This record gives sequence, structure tokens and C-alpha cells, in this order.
Amino acid sequence: MLLILRAVIGRDLRLAMRRQADLVAALFFFIIVVSLFPLGVGPEADQLRRLAPGVLWVAALLATMLSLPRLFADDHRDGTLEQLALAAQPLAIVVLGKVVAHWLVAGLPLVLLAPLLGIQFDLSPDALSILTLSLLIGTPALSGIGAIGAGLTLGVRGGGVLLSLLVLPLYIPVLIFGTGAVEATVSGLGPQAHLSLLGALTLGGVFFAPWPTAAALKVALE
Amino acid sequence: MLEAVNLGCVRGERRLFANIAFRLAAGEMLSLQGKNGSGKTSLLRMLCGLTPPADGEIRWQGQPIALLAGDYRAVLCHLGHHNAIKDELTPLENLLSAARLAQATLTEDEALVALQRVGLHGREALACRYLSQGQKRRAALARLVHERRPLWILDEPYVALDVAAVDMVAGLIGTHLQRGGLAVLTTHQAVTVNAGRIRELSLDGDCQERPQTQDGRCC
Repeated sequence: MLLILRAVIGRDLRLAMRRQADLVAALFFFIIVVSLFPLGVGPEADQLRRLAPGVLWVAALLATMLSLPRLFADDHRDGTLEQLALAAQPLAIVVLGKVVAHWLVAGLPLVLLAPLLGIQFDLSPDALSILTLSLLIGTPALSGIGAIGAGLTLGVRGGGVLLSLLVLPLYIPVLIFGTGAVEATVSGLGPQAHLSLLGALTLGGVFFAPWPTAAALKVALE
Repeated sequence: MLEAVNLGCVRGERRLFANIAFRLAAGEMLSLQGKNGSGKTSLLRMLCGLTPPADGEIRWQGQPIALLAGDYRAVLCHLGHHNAIKDELTPLENLLSAARLAQATLTEDEALVALQRVGLHGREALACRYLSQGQKRRAALARLVHERRPLWILDEPYVALDVAAVDMVAGLIGTHLQRGGLAVLTTHQAVTVNAGRIRELSLDGDCQERPQTQDGRCC
């Protein structure tokens, strides 16, 4: 079971490295969206500090959305998804591998960029580190929950828009606890409660999402 | 042994076929015939377990494949309409990654030999997007060279191949049958496989009543 997990992750990472344009596009989208806010809102530091967690988190949600439609679509088009569905192991294991690979390619770079982008918002080092930590804990949930949407909209015309409509509302709890952690730090309450809930969401999202996703993919393959 | 009982297929509102029954023993090949749209691919997908049959049942060694699930998929090698080849990867990487996903042990040397066998010598390290249609098909078929699973389900394996490659694939299927394997394939080309026992099944005609098993034609 671990073998096939590793095979899927390795394959998806290798494919992502061969298609760096997609990866870079989502990253630049994240950078630009986040950077537009200080320019649009103005240089008032208090206001920017208040905005920062929300802006970074919303930009992270949108950047993740960009890469989701292709999570299964490419494999579906060239017949690889059928082969994956015919692996002896349950399809959910394969999906889990793809979710992990998606996070490594689309989620982790956002986390690594966040401290740099947060500087534009005049965040304190404490708040900055909690923001990064909240993204680190929360972004895997985005890949997991997003996979369900990607599975459900596979093969649907105009699936990209439908995918956003399906998935973005499900991201709301992650958004609330992610930004909440930073606000709690700034107000002196401590981020532990928010981060624990965020961790629970991620565990739930990553380890339970593969099963409904696999069911959706089987329907799409019929 | 692969066995189908009273299989029926409904696509949308249309009934494609009904009452399909056959039994395939070790060393036998089933060649599916039928005009375009007669349900050949649908039948193959049912045999793989990708689509549940509208009615009837498919059994492997006497057990329904729906119950066997993963155990059945572990004996199955399917080559579909699409090549399942990644354009970004080289034929060698494609072959190795397919083997890893199928949990087969395949060394790089064995993979190179397999690619040479299907005539992709010198193209092993070229990204598949630069290959022609026929070469991509060859890259997909390279899996069959080292494949030791007992049941092969091949959808139009000869499509896009040149004469020499068609002979090569027929040879691979022949060797597979001689080893006691089973094969189910669809084709519009008359290709002789010089081994095993070949059964033919036609999906054409009135699908309402007639049971359509036409055994025979030994080669």
C-alpha cells in the first residue's frame, strides 16, 4: 500500500517538474493578488496589518483552485486514470497519493512564500510566523477537499467554474480558523485553539476526502 | 477461467447488447467482432470491472468479479482506447512508472529490452509528445512484453500500428496464450495469432433474444 502511494506521489511530482509553467503560474498569481492589496488599499500600516491574514488566506484558496481542475483531468484524458482505477489497491489510496503530490506542488510553495509576502503588510514577526504555520497546517485540507470537487466535476463541460462553486464554500471553515489563528495571536489570546481545529480539519480533509473522491472518479469512468 | 453470464449493456436509452455469454479457459483468446457502436468497448470495460453490467454477471474462477475486486484487478492487464502514456515522460519512464503502479518488478535493463522489442530503440529517452501515433501505441504495448498477468483485455491493440508491429503484437499475444494466459480483444483487422484456441463473438445483429456465442474456428 505504501509502495503504490510512493509510486503515485513520485510520478505526479515528476510530471509537475516537467510542466513547471503551471506551477509557476499559480505561484505568481498568489504573489500578484497578495501584492495588489497594499497598492489598492493604501500604505496605512494599521489597516494593512488587519487585512493581512484574510488577504493571504483568500489568495491561497484561489491559487489552489487554479491547479485543481487538472488534478484528474489530464490522467482522465490520456487513459492513465483508468489504469490507476485498475490497480489492485483501492482507488482511494491512489487519490491520497495524488492529494499529497498536489499539496507538495501547489500548497507548500505558497507556505514558503507567505512570510516574504507578509512583510508587505507590516506584520509583526510573531503574527508572521503564526500565519505561515496556519498555512502549513491548513493548506493540505485545501488539496484534500478540493480533490472531492475535482472528482465530481471530472468530464463536465465548464467544470472549472462549477468546481469553484462547489469547493470554495467548503473552504470556509479552513479560512475562518486560519485567519482566526493570526488574529488571536495579535490580540494576545494565543493561537493554539485555532491551530488545533485547523489541524483537525486537515486530518479530516486529507484522510476522509479520498473515499468520496474515489467514488466520484468511478462514476466518471463508467 | 473467465465466464460471462447473460451480460447486457444499456447506454443511455439504448440497449447495446443482451444475453451475451461466453466461457474462456486458459490458453484461449476471445476475439470480439462487431461494427462501430455495437458495444465492443463497453463489453471490455465491463470485463475490466470499470462499468457494472446492466444485467448478468462476470465470473473469474467461478467467483463474481464484483466480489473479488482488488484480487481480480491484480490478475488483469488492460490496454484501452487511450494509450495511458504521459506526453511529458519518455517511453522508458512511462514503462517504469506503469510497472511501479502495477506493483510489478521491472528493472531499467528489462524495460530497455522491452522497448527494443517493440521497436522503440533509440527513442527511449525522447519525451513521448515527440513520438508519432504509432510509436506512442508501441510505447503503450511495451507493457505486454514483460506483463505476466494471466488475463489480458486489449481494446483495438493493432490500431495505428504498421504491419511489422502488428505481427509483433500478435506474437506477444501468442506467447501469452502458450503460457496459459487468457486474452480478450477487439479488432477490425484480420490478424492471425498462431497459438492457443481462438473463439469469436459477434456483437452485431438483433440483440433482443439470440444468445450470441459462436465458438469454434481453431487455429
